[in-house]
Amino acid sequence: MIHKYKLCGFNIVLDVNSGGVHIVDELTYDLLDNVEPPFEEKCPEKVMEKLSRIYDRQEIEDCYQEIVELYNDKILFSEDDYEKYAKWSVASPVKAMCLNIAHDCQLRCRYCFASTGDFGKGRKLMSFETGKHAIDFLLENSGDRPNLEVDFFGGEPLMNWETVKRIVDYARSREEEYGKKFRFTITTNGLLLNDEKIDYINREMSNVVLSVDGRKEVNDYMRVLPGADGCYDIIVPKYKKLVDSRGEKEYYVRGTFTNKNLDFSEDVFALYEAGFDQISIEPVVGEGEEYALTEKDLPAVFKEYEKLAKRILDNEKEGRKFNFFHFMIDLDQGPCAIKRLRGCGCGNDYVAITPDGDIYPCHQFVGIDEYKMGNIDEGTFDQEMKKDFANAHIYSKPDCRRCWAKFYCSGGCNANNYEYMGDIRKAHKISCELEKKRLEVAIMMKAFRTYGEQE
Amino acid sequence: MKHIKTINKANLKESAQKGGCGKCQASCQSACKTSCTVANQKCER
Repeated sequence: MIHKYKLCGFNIVLDVNSGGVHIVDELTYDLLDNVEPPFEEKCPEKVMEKLSRIYDRQEIEDCYQEIVELYNDKILFSEDDYEKYAKWSVASPVKAMCLNIAHDCQLRCRYCFASTGDFGKGRKLMSFETGKHAIDFLLENSGDRPNLEVDFFGGEPLMNWETVKRIVDYARSREEEYGKKFRFTITTNGLLLNDEKIDYINREMSNVVLSVDGRKEVNDYMRVLPGADGCYDIIVPKYKKLVDSRGEKEYYVRGTFTNKNLDFSEDVFALYEAGFDQISIEPVVGEGEEYALTEKDLPAVFKEYEKLAKRILDNEKEGRKFNFFHFMIDLDQGPCAIKRLRGCGCGNDYVAITPDGDIYPCHQFVGIDEYKMGNIDEGTFDQEMKKDFANAHIYSKPDCRRCWAKFYCSGGCNANNYEYMGDIRKAHKISCELEKKRLEVAIMMKAFRTYGEQE
Repeated sequence: MKHIKTINKANLKESAQKGGCGKCQASCQSACKTSCTVANQKCER
């Protein structure tokens, strides 16, 4: 399978199954519409006759031979032979956990998926005992996986700060005995950050996600305190302080865009101008929700992604660089094909734990009763449901199976699929379209960085 | 090649042969939290 498209003057051809990315001229682009395996020794006369109205016959023949050479090298029209691997890893160890340490939040963000922090189940904080059981669960269920990830999430995790620290201390105290390394991350709205928390986060957390939506007016419309005041002026100086003392450790300022700010490239650049260089801005998707993007918004969003890419590339020419999370792609040293069959691993090697100790496939499933997988304190864990998630790979999702983007997005978000399509294996179309556009743009940016601006 | 330039190693098949060790990050533990982008992750083998 190949996927070809034109963007910013580049003709780009992806060989889906080898991961090959080729930049081609107009002739190749047109010829690829007319030829496919099995190839002949010479370009078929019917194709030659059709294309020789525009191109020179010798050039067509030369180009045909280049295509055949890449085919023989298995980097064009290569075979999909990964399905056998999808049957592996069904009994995968659990290696990552989202700890919903606080089902409570001080903000009343208009787009909140967590019902302003309590996930529709009441405001609660996780006890240390439950957190300790969660760490034990991870240690006991992680098999030979050496790296274990724990993300402190909410609600707002800083509302249960002392418990966060006790859980980190406890996990660290068990690392040597189990031969494991914990990597902690925390996602915060920033309101409760102070010097002590900043120092601790920068010391203990391998990644920190700092929520802010971009421009002050955009942030302050969506991310509001109960009295409807925006939070930008409280949080941004704290984020700046944290980032300035963080060194080379990973962080993201992470925002959300809605149908109210389809000019979100302005928000990305506002964050950059505010002093941040690791930026993620994510769309709100959904069905029938007030701020969610709908199909009619897609052309505007696509244009905006292109505009953002051009601005980032122009910025780089002036030596001003930053990372936009959704355009980051590693075409050479990215994850192996086996990792790419399942994506995030939710419900299989990744789970979320609520303050009550309930286990869900991920933070997005929290509160959906039929997806409760068990309880940490009670020692229950639904292995049948785990198997079902392990089997939710790109070959068991009909739309993914035939999609060119399957090895980049790896089957998308199971929670979105369930919430909007009623089935974890049914692709949510808008999410897919957004993902595909971001991939096309990200790959174009790689081409631009290699070959420079095209006429 | 005159007509086609390949810009990467196209090593997905090779990666399958020695992949699946599971040392890498679970993808949703990164910045996104709501959408999966797997190709932006590193192999940690």
